[in-house]
Amino acid sequence: MSMVDTATVQRTETPTTRIGDSAARPDGIPKVTGDFVFSSDLWHDQMLWGGTLRSPHASARIRQINIGPALALPGVHAVLTHEDIPGSPDFGLDRPDQPVLARDIVRYEGEPVVVIAADHPDTVRRALAAVEVDYEPTKPLLDPTLAEDAPPIHPDGNVIRRIHLRHGDQEAASRSDLVSVEGTYEVGMQDQAFMGPESGLAIPDGEGGVDLAVATQWLHTDRDQVAACLGLPAERVRLTLAGVGGAFGAREDISLHIHLCLLALHTGRPVKMCYSRDESFYGHVHRHPARMWYRHYATSTGDLVRVEARLLFDGGAYASSSHHVIANATCFAAGPYRVPSADIEGVVVRTDNPPCGAMRGFGAVQSCFAHEAQMDRLAAALKMDPVALRRQNALASGDVIITGQRITGTLPVVEVLDACAAHPSAAGGPNEPMSRPGGAGRTADVEHIVRGEAVALGFKNLMFSEGFDDSSEARCVMHSGLVTVTTACAEVGQGFVTLVRQIVGEVLRTEEVVLEPASTNSIGSAGSTSASRQTWMSGGAVQLACEAVRRDLLARVADQYGVLVDDLALLDGRVVGLPNGEEPTLASLTVEPIEATIVHQHAPTLPLDDCGQGDAHVSFAVSAHRAIVDVDPDLGLVKVVELTTAQDVGRILNPLQALGQLEGGAAQGVGLAVMEEVKVVDGLIRNPSFTDYLIPTALDMPPLEVAALIEQPEPGAPFGAKGIGEAPTISSTPAVAGAIRAATGLDLPRVPVRPDDIALASREGRVSPEEAR
Amino acid sequence: MTADVLSLTINGQRREVVDALPGESLLFVLRERLDLAGSKNACEEGECGSCTVRVDDELVCSCLVLAAAADGCSVTTVEGLADASEGSRLADVQQAFLDAGAVQCGFCTPGLLMAVDALLEDEDDPDDLMVREAVSGNLCRCTGYGRILEAINLAAASRRAAGEQGVTP
Repeated sequence: MSMVDTATVQRTETPTTRIGDSAARPDGIPKVTGDFVFSSDLWHDQMLWGGTLRSPHASARIRQINIGPALALPGVHAVLTHEDIPGSPDFGLDRPDQPVLARDIVRYEGEPVVVIAADHPDTVRRALAAVEVDYEPTKPLLDPTLAEDAPPIHPDGNVIRRIHLRHGDQEAASRSDLVSVEGTYEVGMQDQAFMGPESGLAIPDGEGGVDLAVATQWLHTDRDQVAACLGLPAERVRLTLAGVGGAFGAREDISLHIHLCLLALHTGRPVKMCYSRDESFYGHVHRHPARMWYRHYATSTGDLVRVEARLLFDGGAYASSSHHVIANATCFAAGPYRVPSADIEGVVVRTDNPPCGAMRGFGAVQSCFAHEAQMDRLAAALKMDPVALRRQNALASGDVIITGQRITGTLPVVEVLDACAAHPSAAGGPNEPMSRPGGAGRTADVEHIVRGEAVALGFKNLMFSEGFDDSSEARCVMHSGLVTVTTACAEVGQGFVTLVRQIVGEVLRTEEVVLEPASTNSIGSAGSTSASRQTWMSGGAVQLACEAVRRDLLARVADQYGVLVDDLALLDGRVVGLPNGEEPTLASLTVEPIEATIVHQHAPTLPLDDCGQGDAHVSFAVSAHRAIVDVDPDLGLVKVVELTTAQDVGRILNPLQALGQLEGGAAQGVGLAVMEEVKVVDGLIRNPSFTDYLIPTALDMPPLEVAALIEQPEPGAPFGAKGIGEAPTISSTPAVAGAIRAATGLDLPRVPVRPDDIALASREGRVSPEEAR
Repeated sequence: MTADVLSLTINGQRREVVDALPGESLLFVLRERLDLAGSKNACEEGECGSCTVRVDDELVCSCLVLAAAADGCSVTTVEGLADASEGSRLADVQQAFLDAGAVQCGFCTPGLLMAVDALLEDEDDPDDLMVREAVSGNLCRCTGYGRILEAINLAAASRRAAGEQGVTP
């Protein structure tokens, strides 16, 4: 275990940047000077601006589209409909079920219908307003509980996926001496709310092909989808990563990519598109809203016996990655606990609500909120301490999870739980008015404030699952001492670009590194920057490529000097260990370049069988959060006073960047707990702006205490490191919700917890501040 | 219809804009007409602070200011923070953001730097609440603000130290 004091993380000063250093971001300086080029900053001579006309209805037939008035406006260069798509009319991350531009039907508010290119954003706006679309609104399918039995709203049907997981003795709960608790929980629709809006620039190559610079998480899968819709071979569509202003899952799907290329090829001009913030809320998938019924059975002494659950996720109009989100929700439905018997049904359905897909935590967030509420409820029923109940049932390496898979790697559940629960709190009282619930409004009376505390555990897989053929390719070239690394891994802010320098420093002991721009031109796929997988997959690929170069380099020196490879080592840009004391530089040794290209794959996984059983996952990680909150029950206002965390990290590769992931992930969890929800009424988004969709500010976020980063190196993982990006988002939400329950005595089965959830319930006499205190 | 020629002093340099439409925001003119893309466009309705600049020393969201309204004004953007006279040495706030690990995706960074620079100009020893309030109009989605608050502390300390040595920060 290593302790990280958040106030004293310092860079270690060594000659060469290594694994374990708080190395500086290579893109840091341009990001603080304003010189870093984000996708929305792209510009090209003779460039046109693109825009998208979207459906105002959740469900409608399109009778007619009249583009004439828009096309007649001066400055308008193209107005395109579904009739202008030369290739596949549909696209999709998992399966092509979503129209590039709507044909006869629109299935959600915001579905793209027409795209336009013009000489100025204002011309685009006027042209969009001039398009006449004759809609016949139809009755939308909005209630996910009705979707299965409703007439299909899409040729693929209304059930995107059903998994019925059954594990262990299905009669295990028939004993009469068990304690059981039951609850129904809900999670609202969360938005990734990255800061940098969807944007990109497409440039026709003059020969029928196109170059697209775009902010994305996965260049190669975008390329394949774009090429299919353009009717072009993949090599004539070249994608390059433009600067990415955050992602969090929302850039895993296609947004404006195909539209931009269509417009560029149609006009023969470069075309730029940049969504406004409200358009961004319509232009990407959200976190699935979920309804989850749970029943837990335990012995009277607190051993879990069986978990039953029914999970219903609303996938919205199109499939996106719903197929995999529901698998994660189901596989991790019981949390990081030994559960010998389980019956979990996970269903994700299609509706006319906004499409949902990937967001940090990917299905595990929703079930974690429910299973942790259940653990607290079970502890209360058993009159046990909630931490003790969790500890007693904690999974460990060697145990079997509810998919029947044995955990062969590390899983320090007890360690993160104990470190987090035992960490001393530094929280002061609610004396300072600005720090009370309600914040700057100073609305909470100190006499009315009640405080609560709770601990929660989160559990998730790392990397893709269920037999997905996952790989990442990387190339390392050393030429005249300069190391050039090529990978298509998308840097989205997480710091992969820093890690590359650290890996090169660790393996090749040099600072002379260039990381080529990520592009489909220069290298094979790196897979997606998601699922906590890039450090393992692309970090591993870079490591292996560097190691291959190192081997060849040392073999060259051994051959040249007639010595044994084993006697040689690399140190700060030189080869050392020659008997004559000579220390040749890497530059002098690689006038003739050394190159290695590696495709890195993780250990294979297997599909889930009909009972949801199988070795479907590569690796697992666990995290703990403790939240302390102040609540004004009369006003329903909450202030998260302090968060404490401990996390299973395998090995820390960069302490400063790790801390950034823990803090940033926790903020998104706090947001889901108390403020973030895309409000959808009658299928229409009511709050598509940062005025109305609230994310935590510096005044909302409490300090995050890092109690411990548990370093138990993961077998098979590069440097033993586990991906750490998602876990902080998973356990923070249930910790905050649990703390509000502890403060108020209310059930609060839904997040985000809204002021009226607390205030109205409190007013109904279910709790008074005096009782709660 | 185009507005009259706009004349702006940006980061100390006189700049003229001849072809702006009357409705263009200062943010749009900076980004698209003056090649100063450092000020960012995350919400364009004054909620996120990514476009924060100073107009005649006042901290504003440049998305909410008509370019025509800034005619004749002096504008400082993130591109003007580093000291051009000293080989583009990073400003204390910029260096502090790097040292503290306050930069991830970096989209909010320019606006935050402008807000922090203005805060520290007014108060070189702000307490925690003052700091949080000063940047509460700047949304960041990556960091959870922890490293940003640390960076502000570092920058404040460095500015105080510079002040004690009689050096202009």
